[in-house]
Amino acid sequence: MTNLIMETKDFSFTYAGVDAPSLKKINLPIEKNRITAMIGPSGCGKSTLLRAMNRIHDLYPNNKYEGEINLYSNGKKENILDLKKENDLIRLRQDVGMIFQKPTPFPMSIYDNVAYGMRLAGVKNQSELDGRVEKALQDSAIWKETKDRLNTSALGMSGGQQQRLCIARAVALKPDIMLFDEPTSALDPISTGAIEELIAELKKDVSIVIVTHNMQQASRLSDYTAFMYLGDLIEYDKTDTIFMNPNEKLTEDYITGRFG
Amino acid sequence: MNRLLLNKIILVLSTLSAVIGISFLFWILATLTYKGVSSLHLSTFTQDLVNGGIRNLLVGQFTMALIASAIAVPIGMFAGIWLREYSNQNKLASIIRNLSDVMMSAPSIVIGVFVYALFVAPFGNYNGFAGVIALTIMMIPIIISTTDNMLALVPKELREAGIALGGSKHKIIMQIIIKAAKVGITTGVLLSFARIIGETAPLLFTSANNQFFTMDLTGQFPSLTVSIYNLATYPDEASRELAWAASFVLTAIVLIINLTGRYMTRNKK
Ligand SMILES: Nc1ncnc2c1ncn2[C@@H]1O[C@H](COP(=O)(O)OP(=O)(O)O)[C@@H](O)[C@H]1O
Ligand SMILES: [Mg+2]
Repeated sequence: MTNLIMETKDFSFTYAGVDAPSLKKINLPIEKNRITAMIGPSGCGKSTLLRAMNRIHDLYPNNKYEGEINLYSNGKKENILDLKKENDLIRLRQDVGMIFQKPTPFPMSIYDNVAYGMRLAGVKNQSELDGRVEKALQDSAIWKETKDRLNTSALGMSGGQQQRLCIARAVALKPDIMLFDEPTSALDPISTGAIEELIAELKKDVSIVIVTHNMQQASRLSDYTAFMYLGDLIEYDKTDTIFMNPNEKLTEDYITGRFG
Repeated sequence: MNRLLLNKIILVLSTLSAVIGISFLFWILATLTYKGVSSLHLSTFTQDLVNGGIRNLLVGQFTMALIASAIAVPIGMFAGIWLREYSNQNKLASIIRNLSDVMMSAPSIVIGVFVYALFVAPFGNYNGFAGVIALTIMMIPIIISTTDNMLALVPKELREAGIALGGSKHKIIMQIIIKAAKVGITTGVLLSFARIIGETAPLLFTSANNQFFTMDLTGQFPSLTVSIYNLATYPDEASRELAWAASFVLTAIVLIINLTGRYMTRNKK
């Protein structure tokens, strides 16, 4: 119980203008310094759940959250669904980073990409920025490739490098949790391998939730796995259990490829 | 068999129409260049209209177009940003979009008449301000739609990525989204400038014309386009030569601005 970084309690979510909820009473724990994978067929609500965890849904009006999503950060418990002010949401997003399916480098230099979030957070000191940019790039395993061209545009990098840059950008803020939404599905196998290695490395410092389409990826990478289906959380357990000995027939059918 | 024949006929027809179209364009440009260049002298650029030059006309045209841009670009950009980023595509947004589209396709002479009724008739004299206002009205909807459309091309993931890094909405829009759309918006601004700098109808009965050099926008104001319109109908050879020279210069300016705009788009990352 004490080793949670986040948990959802009877969490339901309904998109604006839609009658039926897309997520129904989800109870999902997220363990600290572990990798939790979310799997399930397309449209089952994985992204919707992930995007609730940093309240990015708030970018679009009139979506409805119900239940609780508790964040256990800095020894405090906080229901992030209670946050109202923009400043509180900004603080939440500094604690809960997010990586998207397609790499999203900003149209600026590699250095500025990594420094951007810190500058938003009010870090002005140049030597602190320099140090944290270097550290973040090292932690994201692209320091060697980028150290001689920090001032060139990030748009000139390959897709895999851009994705690692996006990870570095999030890591630089020292978040408690990082959310990955199918981070490798737009990448080639070699870049995918590099990202997976990186994610496994990152869990020393940060808790990770990863949505993936790829069952091998979930089993290779994660400690815990949540299987979702049509807006319900069907089963959550240790990854080994989910893949070797699932409780639910539905889970077994899915991981053995009988549907999905 | 039949289809192959049809294919051939269509190919021949479309090639023919392309050739005809391009020949006419070439003919116009060639005549313009020939007549224009042969009527150009150094004095054309150093003298004002009253002495057979176009100096005051060039300065006047650019003055009005630049002031109009200085007003229209910020207004149009803010309106475009509001439409795309803040309106949530509500009712008001669709009204403004439609209105702006209607304005964009309004014949420019109508805008001229409108401004005449509001800013010339009540004061009893043609004035440069009225010309500026007419050009501004022409330009705003173009800038609105360019901004709106170019912002729409920026993927929503980029906005989400900015927000996910702890940015506020307005910072992300101003620092990232605008930057990502910068080339497109700049091109749109250039093309709309090229458009208004070549306009006659909105100026004809707003700023009218002036033989002399002036920077006084409260009185009649000189412009190339209105001068060409007037000069071309004068009987004397000198006036018509000047009209050719002025047309050549104007075409060259519009062409250069247009090509710059297109070149920028081509080299877009
Ligand atoms: N912006 C939206 N508005 C309305 N419904 C949506 C929206 N985004 C996703 N949905 C619906 O919510 C459900 C879950 O979608 P999603 O979370 O994207 O699934 P997954 O990531 O598991 O493929 C789907 O039925 C989808 O159609
Ligand atoms: Mg998804």
